[in-house]
Amino acid sequence: MTVMRTRQAVIEALSDEMESDPNVFLMGEDIGSGGPFKATEGLIEKFGESRVIDTPISEMAFLGAGVGAAAMGMRPVVEMMFIEFIGVALDQLTTQGAFFRYLSRGAYQVPLTIRAAAGAGMGFGCQHSQILDQWFRGNAGISLVIPSNPQSMYGLLRSAIRSNDPVVILEHKGLYGERGEVITGEAGIVPIGQARKVTEGSDVTIVAIGSTVLTAKAALDSQSEWSAEIIDLQTLIPWDKSSVMKSVAKTGRLVVVEESSYSGGWGAEICSEVVSKLWGQLKSPPHRITSPDAPIPYAQELEKRYLPSSVYVVAQINELLKTGKSPAAWWEGAK
Amino acid sequence: MVTSLSRRGQLNTEIGRLERMLEIRAVEESIQTLYNDGHVRGSTHLANGQEAVSVGIASVLRPTDVVTCTYRGHAAALALGVTPEGVLGEICGRVIGCSGGIGGSMHLMDASVGLMPTFAIVGAGLPVAAGVALAAKLKKNDSVALTIFGDGSTNIGAFHETLNMASIFKLPVIFVIENNLYGEYTRINLSTPIEDLADRADSYAMRKEIVDGQDVDAVIKAIQSAVDFARAGNGPSLIEAKTYRYSGHSRSDPATYRTPGELDEWKKRDPLDITANKLIAKGTLSQADLEKMKLDIAARVTKAIETVLESDGPDLSTLMQHVSEKG
Ligand SMILES: Cc1ncc(C[n+]2csc(CCOP(=O)(O)OP(=O)(O)O)c2C)c(N)n1
Ligand SMILES: [Mg+2]
Repeated sequence: MTVMRTRQAVIEALSDEMESDPNVFLMGEDIGSGGPFKATEGLIEKFGESRVIDTPISEMAFLGAGVGAAAMGMRPVVEMMFIEFIGVALDQLTTQGAFFRYLSRGAYQVPLTIRAAAGAGMGFGCQHSQILDQWFRGNAGISLVIPSNPQSMYGLLRSAIRSNDPVVILEHKGLYGERGEVITGEAGIVPIGQARKVTEGSDVTIVAIGSTVLTAKAALDSQSEWSAEIIDLQTLIPWDKSSVMKSVAKTGRLVVVEESSYSGGWGAEICSEVVSKLWGQLKSPPHRITSPDAPIPYAQELEKRYLPSSVYVVAQINELLKTGKSPAAWWEGAK
Repeated sequence: MVTSLSRRGQLNTEIGRLERMLEIRAVEESIQTLYNDGHVRGSTHLANGQEAVSVGIASVLRPTDVVTCTYRGHAAALALGVTPEGVLGEICGRVIGCSGGIGGSMHLMDASVGLMPTFAIVGAGLPVAAGVALAAKLKKNDSVALTIFGDGSTNIGAFHETLNMASIFKLPVIFVIENNLYGEYTRINLSTPIEDLADRADSYAMRKEIVDGQDVDAVIKAIQSAVDFARAGNGPSLIEAKTYRYSGHSRSDPATYRTPGELDEWKKRDPLDITANKLIAKGTLSQADLEKMKLDIAARVTKAIETVLESDGPDLSTLMQHVSEKG
């Protein structure tokens, strides 16, 4: 067990997989120098330019090359730097790579990993701060994972590289600097599709992922009126239904905390599934705490307001518990 | 009152253009301190060293022409007319910023002088500029669009798709490559197999020109001929301005990848010195005038910073405004 930052956990995971499998290689812009978040630092020195490949600014070409190389049995890890940049290349993943296994009736598979920094809170403005999980949800053939700490970064990234299908891993840029204990090696691997119970509790189940796991934990720790079972989903596609159902069956209440917009957010699917499966066992309506349907503003106070804060989560849960009704979001009627 | 438009008019004289380049330099050099003092968030991309390209472009275009530019947009915004308060206010997330504080350094805009919100995605400004030019063509007016982007951006699909389309549609658009030799931390020769990026125009049968990006007069001449060509209905041009950025790619980049001595070599051809020396040689300006000019500009930028720091952040309600027509 070693204490490391999340960005170091990325490096460790990449390094360990590259050591254990010669087919693993990295591709992306300026990854040799470590990139803007220093999340690939030192790897070119260790593995050389043939396995840590700096590309031109040509996302479509190198993401697509990742698909092709993966179909030939390589295990490319393609870095998109900021997740928004995949917008200029999306076809190669969502419409090509994701359907290769299906179209080829299993003759080809695409063991491709796509890494990208995502998320708000750092003042990068509306074109460098989104999560964009919605670009991958509802697209058959892709898995999507979002780590919340150094351990899950290490463990999920290793699983992603070993997966025989495309996996997108969204690395919250606000977490790169966070420190935590990490078990490396096989014991540290976190399976795709498995949630993690962060806390035990009885009043409410809080489902979160990535940065909102920290928000939920801070909210829980800041009060003593209620206890909560926080579930860190870790994988968004496919999400761990049985862990969520088990917990909500116990607490009778579900609150989902999401970083992205309300409309089309992933929490809607969780709530829908819980209502369908646990109808009659719920003590209050499932409730979603999200960001508003707006681009992400630059100014500090506005960006703070945009993100669901722990104070806001506490206020929302207090009201839910008190009234038994789903509280209005801060932006509703506030215009 | 000083407006972006009135400031644009100041580029009509040689002295006005020199002043603007000095102002851009002073603004760019003030940003590190603002960052150290905690007023700037996220990332900034400075254009010190590249002043002549922006000022040359702005001196030729009409305020009714439209510019799309990248995240490295402080110089273009100031050149086109945005005030130092507007640019620094935006970088500091204040309501007096040119985008009201919601955009930040990478998203400057001013519709009154034709600056669309600057683009933080590489290549994104090119297709939009083509669309602006298409609108001018359909409306049968003689406006042009001009798009500014870097050397590294010539490797993205949007560049190639847009050049081809603009060429066959004969669109009144000017593509300006600011070749500052680096795309992020990578020297252009490591990512691109040709020396002169203007040669990319050949594949699209497009008019091309290479220009010394350190000499504002040369830039003006090149832009003027491309603009005349476009206004006359002859179609697009690709202009490559050879220039250099004195700072790293962004705030977090110390630029250790530069070849030793490269920066000093380029500083010998500083765009501000080149213009000032020309004016001094001609007798339009004395050394004493120049020193006074620099002091005045420094004082103005200091004043602008004070104004910015005294100004508020945008109201929280701004967050939900202009998301769509209905709110
Ligand atoms: C599609 C996309 N890919 C990558 C990036 C990250 N990025 C921002 S600037 C930059 C380098 C661009 O270099 P160049 O075109 O030469 O412009 P310069 O920054 O030198 O002005 C890169 C790779 C981005 N913003 N958008
Ligand atoms: Mg460049």
